[in-house]
Amino acid sequence: MSLISVSDLWKSYRWQGRNVEALRGLSLSISEGECFGLLGPNGAGKTTLLRILATMLPPDRGEIRIAGVELRRQPEHIRRTLGYVGQQGGTDIQATVFQDLLLQAHLYGLRGQAARRRVSEVLEQLELSSLASRPVSSLSGGQRRRLDLALGLVHRPPLLLLDEPSLGLDPVSRRQLWECLRDLRAQGTTIVLTTHYLEEADQLCTRLAIIDKGSIIADGSPARLKQESAGETLILTLAPSGSANVRQQAGELLGTCSFVRAVHEEDSEQLRLSVEHGESALPAVLHLLEEAGLTVSSLVLERPSLDDVFFRYAGRSLKKAQAETAGPGARSAFAWKGR
Amino acid sequence: MSLFSSVWYLWLRQARQTWRQPIWVIFGLFQPLCYLLLFAPLLQSLSGVPAIPAGEAITIYVPGLLVMMALFGAGYVGFGLVVELQGGFVERLLVTPIPRAALLLSRLLLDIMTLLIQVLLICLIALPLGLRVSPGSLFLALLLVILLGLGLAACSYALAFLLRSAEALSSLLNMVSVPLLLLSGVLLPLTLAPPPLRAVAHFNPFAYVVDGARALFLGRLGEAAVWQGYLSAGVCALLALFWGLRSLKRAVA
Repeated sequence: MSLISVSDLWKSYRWQGRNVEALRGLSLSISEGECFGLLGPNGAGKTTLLRILATMLPPDRGEIRIAGVELRRQPEHIRRTLGYVGQQGGTDIQATVFQDLLLQAHLYGLRGQAARRRVSEVLEQLELSSLASRPVSSLSGGQRRRLDLALGLVHRPPLLLLDEPSLGLDPVSRRQLWECLRDLRAQGTTIVLTTHYLEEADQLCTRLAIIDKGSIIADGSPARLKQESAGETLILTLAPSGSANVRQQAGELLGTCSFVRAVHEEDSEQLRLSVEHGESALPAVLHLLEEAGLTVSSLVLERPSLDDVFFRYAGRSLKKAQAETAGPGARSAFAWKGR
Repeated sequence: MSLFSSVWYLWLRQARQTWRQPIWVIFGLFQPLCYLLLFAPLLQSLSGVPAIPAGEAITIYVPGLLVMMALFGAGYVGFGLVVELQGGFVERLLVTPIPRAALLLSRLLLDIMTLLIQVLLICLIALPLGLRVSPGSLFLALLLVILLGLGLAACSYALAFLLRSAEALSSLLNMVSVPLLLLSGVLLPLTLAPPPLRAVAHFNPFAYVVDGARALFLGRLGEAAVWQGYLSAGVCALLALFWGLRSLKRAVA
């Protein structure tokens, strides 16, 4: 069942006397229980879309329904059904962790012991109980981000909107946060997040929309997007290295195999094989070459990254666009190393 | 969520912050105390000039001082909001189901309460220095100052929503507050000013509030300056409240 449905959404801003279109006729549908990622470079329109879904920004045009309710008609009702965690978080640095969460519970209409009980539950859920009496200003970046998440969950929303949830976190804190989000999804919470971290999108999201210049340019599961856009590649190095005859013999042999789409000579050392299912092709290639008496020095399976997907649809690299802020790369590889 | 309970919970949070560090409320009194103890005695020697009846120098001076406290106390509250806008706290509140006006009203409520405590303390300190005022007149004068403080605080928040920068807010407030202060007769009655200065002061709403507060302190409740002061402060407060709520709405959009 569709929890969020967005149809023909437009939003523009005035900036330095110019009209900037942040969203251009964007449409999407998100089902209950999904972890839906909006991936794209800065300025693509991800945060604008999320802020519109969170009822903070009014759209210029278009229709949005969340749990069947039209957002522009009943924003107050929508606010009760969603939790929102912005890029900056929004914790109260002068309060203690417990006080900050209690205020949030009160603002969502919880009172007295019920509010205190719920705060204790959320603290436990996000492993913050031991920090309850600590001032928010004394928390580490990762702890504070978990508190941000707790603030978004106090009222048990079925939908959680996260804007760049792991921005600025160290790798350990980032993985802890991912674990929290996986647990939430397992408990049935629908999650919509924006990110420009390829690895985050790959690890967390069941479905992704790649967004660029205010439009969705690709939509699907990370695995499907990668499979459709680039396939997989085996990079083969033969021994003795540099022998053109050996490379030619191997190329001719492998070119006849049904699972090999194409064979390219990468450089004077390597052959690059485009294959359909890399994991099953890898042992088959090894077996064929050994039968033909050719010695394999190394064989690497290279899977396409989301950057390859972005490159295919947007015509430029997301990694390059985000070079200053991007996390660790997403290219993954299984390798077999020969003698 | 009702407006009342939203204002209550946000006010509680603000009040907890303020009273956790009451030293800042005391620091807020330092400047008016300096004026009261180091500047007001100079006026004693002016007693008898037309604007300053004999023996009334402190009673003439204190109302102006209270208006100055409203200007520098309530007028600068926008800085706290800028910090919370930049830190994402305001954004967090906007996604909760509370009425958005609660965000502004809770702050204003605490601001005028803080101002009320500060001006009451200054009046108490001024009593042994020669201040003479009846409780009824004092009550009406404080009401006038609070009305002015409400308007100034709302203006400060409106500017904070629009500028979202402490540097820009600071420059603007400093630029505006000094001429407003000097042209309102806070330090000395404007009747001592040359005619061109008095003519310009006619366009300054603060001047009416100062005159009104002085008339109230002197027990002249029937003077036109009283209703003019209330009218000036009331209109300013209403316009500022409207501007503050509108800026909040526009800041969100």
